[in-house]
Amino acid sequence: MKDIRPDPDLILDRIKEEEMRAARGKLKIFFGASAGVGKTYAMLSAARQQTEQGTDVVIGVVETHGRKETEALLTGLERLPLKAVAYRDRVLQEFDIDGALARKPALLLVDELAHSNVPGSRHAKRWQDVEELQSSGIDVYSTVNVQHLETLNDVVGGITGIRVWETVPDHVFDAADEVVLVDLTPDELLQRLKEGKVYLPQQAERAIQNFFRKGNLIALRELALRRTADRVDSEMIQYRRDKSVTRAWQTSESLLACIGPGDGSGRIVRSAARIAARLDVPWHVIYVETPKLRHLSEKLRLQTLKSLKLAQEMGSETASLSGSDAIATIIDYARDHNLSKVIVGRDHAQSWRPWKRSFADRVGKLAPDLDIIQVAREDTPADRRQEEKSTSESLLDRLRAPWQSFAMSSVFCALVTLIAMPLHTVFDRANIAMLFLMAVVLSAVRYGLGPAVAAAFLNVAAFDFFFVPPRFSFAVGDVQYLMTFAVMLAVGLVTAKLTADLKFQARVASRREQRVRALYEMSRDLSGALMPEQIAEISQRFAATGFGARAAIMLADERDRLHEAIPVPGGVPAVDVGISQWAFDHSAEAGWGTDTLAGSPLLYVPLKAPMRTRGVLVLEPSPSRRLMAPEQRRLLDTFARLVAISLERVHYVDVARATTVQMESERLRNSLLSAISHDLRTPLAALVGLADSMSMTQPPPTGQQCDIAASMREEALRMNSLVNNLLDMARLQAGAVKLNRQWQPLEEVVGSAIKAMRSTMAGHRVGVNLPAELPLLEFDAVLVERVLCNLLENAATYTPPGSTIEIGAAPAARDQIDIWVEDDGPGLPAGKEELIFNKFERGRKESATSGVGLGLAICRAIVAAHGGTIRAENRHGRGARFVFSLPCGNPPSLDGAEKDLPEEESPK
Amino acid sequence: MSEPRPAVLVIEDEPNIRRFIRMSLEAEGCQVYETDSMQRGLIAAGTRRPDMVVLDLGLPDGDGVDFIRDLRAWSDIPIIVLSARTTEADKVGALDSGADDYLTKPFGAAELLARVRAQLRRRSSASASGSAVLEFGRMRVDLGKRLVERAGEPLHLTPIEYRLLAFLITHPDSVLTHRQLLKAVWGPSHADDSHYIRVYMGLLRKKIEEDPSQPRHIITEAGVGYRFVAA
Repeated sequence: MKDIRPDPDLILDRIKEEEMRAARGKLKIFFGASAGVGKTYAMLSAARQQTEQGTDVVIGVVETHGRKETEALLTGLERLPLKAVAYRDRVLQEFDIDGALARKPALLLVDELAHSNVPGSRHAKRWQDVEELQSSGIDVYSTVNVQHLETLNDVVGGITGIRVWETVPDHVFDAADEVVLVDLTPDELLQRLKEGKVYLPQQAERAIQNFFRKGNLIALRELALRRTADRVDSEMIQYRRDKSVTRAWQTSESLLACIGPGDGSGRIVRSAARIAARLDVPWHVIYVETPKLRHLSEKLRLQTLKSLKLAQEMGSETASLSGSDAIATIIDYARDHNLSKVIVGRDHAQSWRPWKRSFADRVGKLAPDLDIIQVAREDTPADRRQEEKSTSESLLDRLRAPWQSFAMSSVFCALVTLIAMPLHTVFDRANIAMLFLMAVVLSAVRYGLGPAVAAAFLNVAAFDFFFVPPRFSFAVGDVQYLMTFAVMLAVGLVTAKLTADLKFQARVASRREQRVRALYEMSRDLSGALMPEQIAEISQRFAATGFGARAAIMLADERDRLHEAIPVPGGVPAVDVGISQWAFDHSAEAGWGTDTLAGSPLLYVPLKAPMRTRGVLVLEPSPSRRLMAPEQRRLLDTFARLVAISLERVHYVDVARATTVQMESERLRNSLLSAISHDLRTPLAALVGLADSMSMTQPPPTGQQCDIAASMREEALRMNSLVNNLLDMARLQAGAVKLNRQWQPLEEVVGSAIKAMRSTMAGHRVGVNLPAELPLLEFDAVLVERVLCNLLENAATYTPPGSTIEIGAAPAARDQIDIWVEDDGPGLPAGKEELIFNKFERGRKESATSGVGLGLAICRAIVAAHGGTIRAENRHGRGARFVFSLPCGNPPSLDGAEKDLPEEESPK
Repeated sequence: MSEPRPAVLVIEDEPNIRRFIRMSLEAEGCQVYETDSMQRGLIAAGTRRPDMVVLDLGLPDGDGVDFIRDLRAWSDIPIIVLSARTTEADKVGALDSGADDYLTKPFGAAELLARVRAQLRRRSSASASGSAVLEFGRMRVDLGKRLVERAGEPLHLTPIEYRLLAFLITHPDSVLTHRQLLKAVWGPSHADDSHYIRVYMGLLRKKIEEDPSQPRHIITEAGVGYRFVAA
């Protein structure tokens, strides 16, 4: 039979996910094909219904665009005031996330999920605000147009010719708990447009008129319908999986998308996301940085980083690898991660090199077992131009050098000319040309590409002027020299390029080596660190050398609150506690150069260690250094991880040491206490026994002698109870008592306490009044029996013979059970109800009643150890009442108690 | 009576306590052998063949539990252990490894003799009567017919309650630990579900005790287990 039971791990994951979802607020998206279909109207109507059902609904931000029908719906709903944010000497109204979090309604309405916040807000995008609202348990209603979905963005752009820059990542849309499609036929929409019922911003009217063409609207509607259908479909699949109709997950099928530098990568990522979603498989996106690609401009490399981030947001695994051969690296990665499909961008047509095989072909040739999918890159002319511009920019960048370098390379040329001048009679002119080449090489080695190129041109000029006849003139006598010039220039340029490249690579390699060495040294230092202060100092040092930044470490305590930055010799930057706590709570970077509060001058990096986030690393980048270069980012990540791991290690070293010390002192204390208890009790036991055996002596003792023996016995027993009390108190005070908590009925321990105290309470009437359906309680039977015994003894001591003592119990508030011992004696001295629980405190000092007043102190210590409380009060009528409470907890069920029994016939 | 005097082996290192035990037991008519260490105790148990052992758990030369295991390997004579308070775990260990009863120091002669008498009586009755009918208080249990009566009326017990009761009354006067009871009634796989036993003990008490909160027959030994007393 085929095993169709669901995988228990999967179920566990699902339960965890459901639990997380239950804690998170729910997101409901009103989804439409275009503006004007009535999303906001539908959202407000739904919100009104919720209000009528008594839900606490608040409007966070709603754009009515002055529409009357929509505004009518707003009446009666609470509106959160917007926050004024200053931006470039204008004041803009923005959604106030802090206000929303403080108000914490059950349901919040946040229109336009794709909206980009004003720079300086906490998050760059509104959907990030919504995520934070959700994670603090607030339900959110929001609206999205189909063209704002990340993966559909370029498709819609292709249809309508209008690209929007405000997008929502698909994972946000997919993770929404509910999506409602608000649909309107194109004709109706156009009708509404004619009636002026659709909001159009004045400045873009023409573009928008183009947008609202019937063909566009039909296409958009189809997209929206299809996207919704996809979602419903995946819900169906999820449902089937939940009900384990069949497992539709093939882990072996997964995608690898390879992106290159440039704008095209974003499109590849989006295509890969769509394909992965359709196949319902996990996917990876990688970027291979070959030495050649390191020459690319900063801008292009940041573009790549952005694409990787985009991929991450869309739910893929990402990696940036470095290798000399991109194809081999890709294939290795695919094989290592068991990825069977590789997506690559189609190469630009290179008609001038028809022999060159495309990237996809080369991958396919080396790895015939992989499926290769080629997707189009963004290849619009505009993009191309931009790309070319950026590469040429990078070439210019590379030619740039300080003027001294150009001067020095000119000096080289002059020197060579000077040296060659007297030699030209001795040497052939071809050899003199060689000398000039040397100047190019030297310039390239010393000063880089720009000066070397300059030197190449200068040399040709100098050669022509000084050595080619007619000398001291740029005129050329023999045409064949033109050939010499050309070759000389070409050789000079190629040499300059090769040498400069070599030098550049050597520099890259040495920088990388530097970074690795710095990391190695830091990790070596960290492995020797024993205290967080040392770690802070080491990271300060590393931050200074590696990033030119100042660093500080803030540690979190057990309750996830961050402490002040650990002081280090160089001083710490002025830390914003709010941002650092945010970074810690969300385990995400915040501050300078990130999505969250990018306006802050400091960068806050959470220190994520395997067990938990340990704290926050705060960096103050110096203005001149660029921390955001890809290598630096990677270095920063590694840095943070190393610090986090060291902090965790130090933490556990502390824990281990504390445990050892505690164990040792506990052992010592226990052996001391048991030695004392043995040494004190043994003589008492002998005394009791010997007093007893006196009555058995021959000849039988007289009545008086018997009395004396009995008194001796009584005193010894009293001494014993005193010793017991003292030792118990010592144990409880030292925290050396380990509770042996078991689930048990209270009744049982009440019975055993009464039995143990029977002789003490011989002169009293004892009543028990326990409700029949008292739940099981979890407590240490011996200790709770002791509490009851002490209370009973107390009652028996302070009430006259013949009084009634009653034990009772009843459930009290807050998951507690109250248990009491009450009497009808004289009661407690007024005002002493609390004092009597102190050590060596007795109710009536003047009385002859025995005892040192430890009994109630012990009761209090025992009850406190159980997580309960104890108090004393005078009863309304007469007498005292001692009440202690024990927590209820979750009693174990008795299911199974009657099961699993060996078969046997039952009694008749 | 011509019945031979029962022999009791006392293993205790404190001479005064030993003396008191000796005097009490001799007054009861027992033959008493004394030793002051575990090693000698084991030898004496082998050579003297006593009818009962009184063992102090706090001996300097060894663990009482080992002694009990060694003795139980070849003998089933009653063992009463003496121990100090606050060492419930030691008591449970000793009882689990085969001791029958315990006394907490300090104890009086009357307590000691009551326990010793009960153990000796149990031993003789166990060997003498093979009777399947036991009576205590107003209860009558016929183990052969699996019948339980209270004051002449048939009493319905669930299978668990019955097994619990049967195990208790066939081990009268001995302290039975939670673990022993769980093993006997539920089987070894439930040896740690000690709340089962407590709940069922409560149900059983409601059915057979006059006042379940102050039981006469099923006595709770807090932190250790239960003792069934017929009288």
